[in-house]
Amino acid sequence: MALINDGIPTKEDLAKVMPSEERFAQGPVSIAECFQKIPCNPCVKACPRGAISMSTDINDTPTVDYDKCNGCGVCIAKCPGLAIFVVDKTYSEDFALVKFPFEYVPVPEKGQFACGLNRSGEEMGWFEVERVVSGGKKNKTYTISLKVPQELANEIRNIKVGGYK
Amino acid sequence: MKQVEILVIGGGPAGLCASLAASSLGAKVLMCERDDVPGGQLVKQTHKFFGSEKQYAGDRGYQIGQMLVEKVAADPNIEVWTDTTVLGYYEDGVVTCEHEGAHVKIKPQRTVIATGAAEKFLSFPGNDLPGIYGAGAVQTLMNVSGVKPAERVLMVGAGNIGLIVSYQLKQAGVDTVAVIEALPRIGGYLVHASKIQRAGIPVRTGYTILEAYGNGKVEGAKIAKIDEKWQPIPGTEEDIKCDTICLAVGLSPLTELCWQAGCQVEFIKELSGHVPITDDFLETTVPGVYVAGDVSGIEEASSAMVEGRLAGLSAAASLGYGKDVAAEQQKAAMAELDELRAGPMGERIRMGLEKVAAKGGAK
Repeated sequence: MALINDGIPTKEDLAKVMPSEERFAQGPVSIAECFQKIPCNPCVKACPRGAISMSTDINDTPTVDYDKCNGCGVCIAKCPGLAIFVVDKTYSEDFALVKFPFEYVPVPEKGQFACGLNRSGEEMGWFEVERVVSGGKKNKTYTISLKVPQELANEIRNIKVGGYK
Repeated sequence: MKQVEILVIGGGPAGLCASLAASSLGAKVLMCERDDVPGGQLVKQTHKFFGSEKQYAGDRGYQIGQMLVEKVAADPNIEVWTDTTVLGYYEDGVVTCEHEGAHVKIKPQRTVIATGAAEKFLSFPGNDLPGIYGAGAVQTLMNVSGVKPAERVLMVGAGNIGLIVSYQLKQAGVDTVAVIEALPRIGGYLVHASKIQRAGIPVRTGYTILEAYGNGKVEGAKIAKIDEKWQPIPGTEEDIKCDTICLAVGLSPLTELCWQAGCQVEFIKELSGHVPITDDFLETTVPGVYVAGDVSGIEEASSAMVEGRLAGLSAAASLGYGKDVAAEQQKAAMAELDELRAGPMGERIRMGLEKVAAKGGAK
């Protein structure tokens, strides 16, 4: 199966947009899991550091300059496709922070445990919500920071809220 | 009989932008909308739009709709008739409509037809059971009327509408058991598919619905894998329990008024049905009659807005308005359309438009 058949990016797809382990070791960094050429470019303007670029064709996919990106996460809620994530592997020795867009209710609260989901929607366990940032009245997309074990940092991309025992 | 300079039929993204563009050049516009509020399909689009800044990318569809409706309402050149269904276009150029309970005649100098599209249906046993909807209807129930339309949905069609409505159902607390798609590939934007996959909604390409069943209402469906000849593969049948089946199998342009006006209309598969033949300025083969949006071929709302602007500019310019600026603005709109259609997702549209040009329209 390929992305075009089921909407799940493959390892090969992800390898094209994944920063190096050296870069991950330097701090949080943004990953644009945007693989298809569609007419869309708000991410380019979203980055205050000019780290996201695109050719003059708005159908191109974006490129993240991992050296310019400091993982601030502003781009997450600005991507109409909800396809940008930030991973911080320097959070602690055992845990990484995954930041992702969230548009469901209820919105989790800081400190709450939520069920982490991978790119296929599979439940990966319960993890603590570290931070919740509202996109504001107009944008409306929340950015959630979830504390996950290091080895799941590039697996978990969503949560299901509620039902934690 | 009401005399108007420019009549815009339809108050969706194309009609709103056509009205605003025509007015910006100084023309007087009457915009007729069948619904009780203008906005068309924008009113229920809760997701963020793609495109570039020029098409308000990043804003949610309903926010764009609201902004356009407010602009139109504040524009002294534009009169809006809501609850008004345009009924006919006669050979003497008179347009009739039902407005405030009366049959009203309008004589426009120019007309922009922006009637949009209707959802396609699908033939299968049991497709008349209560609980089978067009995906757009379910979206209206949820996002306009605030009604939870279902508990468990089977979505048929993985184009943008099928994917987006599945996402919005999830946001409303409704489970979509699966999105099935007969084609071997996802037709909509893959970011939408990825978004619902990671919410636990499987997208299954190469599957068709065999039948819906239930006692008086939908209780489930039989689906199966299909081969290259679109035939169900024996042994792959599956039973899906659901209380609602949403059909998101495409849209058909609503071209009735174009036919009545005597426009040359041709079947162009890539544009999703019969469409009026136009020139580059969106004028049909009937002088003074323009089209914009889904009526001229099914495309994204971003393109509908730009087409609306182009048709509005063209109609106003043909009346002598905006002599100094119209040509430049038309050129800019055309460039925007080219930009939106330049990628692989625009290939089908580009092919369709080539056929339109070959049929005699475009200059």
